[in-house]
Amino acid sequence: MIIYLLCFALFLIGLYGLITKRDLIKIILASGIMGYAVNLMIVLFGYRRGAVYPILEKGKEAAVMVDPLPQALVLTSIVIELGTTAMLVALAIRLFNKYKTFDITKIRRLRG
Amino acid sequence: MTPVLFIIIPLASAFLIALIGRKREFLAPALSSLATVTLLGFSVLTYFRLGSGILVYELGGWKMPFGIALVLDAFGAFMLVIVSLIALTSLLFSFRYIAHLGPDWKYYALFMILVSGMNGVLITGDLFNLFVFTEIALFAAFALVAYGGRAHELEAAFKYAVMASVSSSLILAAIAVVYSATSTLTMAHVSVAMAGASPGLKIWVGALFLAGFGLKAAIIPFHAWLPDAHSSAPAPISAMLSGVLIKALGIYVLVRIFFNILGAPHVFLQAFLVLGAISLLLGVFLAVGQWDLKRLLAYHSISQIGYILLGIGLNTSLGMAGAVFHLLNHALFKSLLFYNAGSLEMGLGTRDLRKMGNITRLMPVTAHSSMVASLAISGIPPFNGFFSKLLIIIAAVNAHQPVYALVAVVGSLLTLSSFMKVQRYGIRGENPVERLQSRPGWGMNAAMVILAVLCLFTSLLIVPGIKESVLDPVAAAIMSKTGYAAAVLGGR
Repeated sequence: MIIYLLCFALFLIGLYGLITKRDLIKIILASGIMGYAVNLMIVLFGYRRGAVYPILEKGKEAAVMVDPLPQALVLTSIVIELGTTAMLVALAIRLFNKYKTFDITKIRRLRG
Repeated sequence: MTPVLFIIIPLASAFLIALIGRKREFLAPALSSLATVTLLGFSVLTYFRLGSGILVYELGGWKMPFGIALVLDAFGAFMLVIVSLIALTSLLFSFRYIAHLGPDWKYYALFMILVSGMNGVLITGDLFNLFVFTEIALFAAFALVAYGGRAHELEAAFKYAVMASVSSSLILAAIAVVYSATSTLTMAHVSVAMAGASPGLKIWVGALFLAGFGLKAAIIPFHAWLPDAHSSAPAPISAMLSGVLIKALGIYVLVRIFFNILGAPHVFLQAFLVLGAISLLLGVFLAVGQWDLKRLLAYHSISQIGYILLGIGLNTSLGMAGAVFHLLNHALFKSLLFYNAGSLEMGLGTRDLRKMGNITRLMPVTAHSSMVASLAISGIPPFNGFFSKLLIIIAAVNAHQPVYALVAVVGSLLTLSSFMKVQRYGIRGENPVERLQSRPGWGMNAAMVILAVLCLFTSLLIVPGIKESVLDPVAAAIMSKTGYAAAVLGGR
């Protein structure tokens, strides 16, 4: 149970950073932390105590295995997150070129 | 005809454009319009051939709980028609409009990726696959919002991307919870497994999904990104985002999950009603105060989504038919209004209503089609908006929810007042504008005329006989609730 709570805490840290930070790069990092927390949760859901990796080999008897599907899902979701991060960083670089700052309080042009 | 074509055609054309589009300038627009015309033809054909049936396609021949299944029912096919229709007019509008921003094959490639992402969301029968297609559509949307490369566009795209990454995390968490509870991701199997689940689990999953997809649909507590993103994008993309993206990624998925998978739990229907009413009123209040035409339209999108949610939350087949009808109508008139805004911005170099004037003489097509769209969105009789709002209001009264009926009427009146402002100060404004910076081309005018005519003709869908054959199968597909699972699992 404690491990799920820690995972949730990681998610909240990401959310906190996303809401309170004023720096574009820190916001990107915070969104990354949120993503890690969710990925970790998916892997934890597939975990079985004392289980082996889910590959059948010759000479190895079938034992309790961890669920392989969440691991496959997490791979996909990591790739998607990489894409999101790359997109955010690219936008942040373009914004920096325009404003010469990463501070969102100085960037705010859209209001209302 | 397999449903997988709806993903293959736009995706293949996107990559073809990226490969050969840079060689000749005309290739990118030609290829993308060819693909969209084909999609429109296919989707209309599929919609009428499907009727109230269901089409299940197992990718690669992998049987259902193991592989990814594509599922197409009346609701999905109906949404496919809307997506293809708006995509086609949006492309027609883009030829001249994007050439005016600078000729580019990248725009068309991204556009086709956006279409394939949305089509994928609409036909997939697998929760995780749905998440992946959502992300595909969103990536293209971020890039297209930032397409002009000006400071405020980049800022809007950044805001949009951060919000979307939050909502994606929530959706992924919801999918993880679903998987750990049911050990499957195929929607039909999840639906069967969830039938016996504890109410607590349903609340957990539902709350996560509602927050995740509510952010994408811009329902009111989650709406902050929409006015920026939708008003900063190039006009044809604003039309795509407001007209179809928030519906395909937001409303469609919410309905699919809450009705077809979770079986419409009462507490979430109440949440739909309350959030719908709040979005409806607050959206329109925020819209009335705007002077920037595209921002005003963006706030109206929030308010119109409120109408659709209201119809859905009533949980009667009449309300559902009204909601589905309003979905189509909003796609038509909101896209038309964004085209008008784009052509005004191109002609006058401003989106500020106070700086417009003399439009009726200089841009007659824009002026008249914007009149049609304004009347349609405010719910004035011969146009489609009136009938769909009427259906929702009648359904609310029939369901003994007079308060929500009143909210819908008040919202409609406020919508009327804000569009009277658009007409009075913008289109028939008194600024002595003498000449245009650049004229809208034939493609832009054609796109506006097509949608204006459709705004009038889709009113016919309310006629008894036509309503039964077009709207009712869609409403029935939604109202069958978990009957969806039985249809998918049995209809192979």
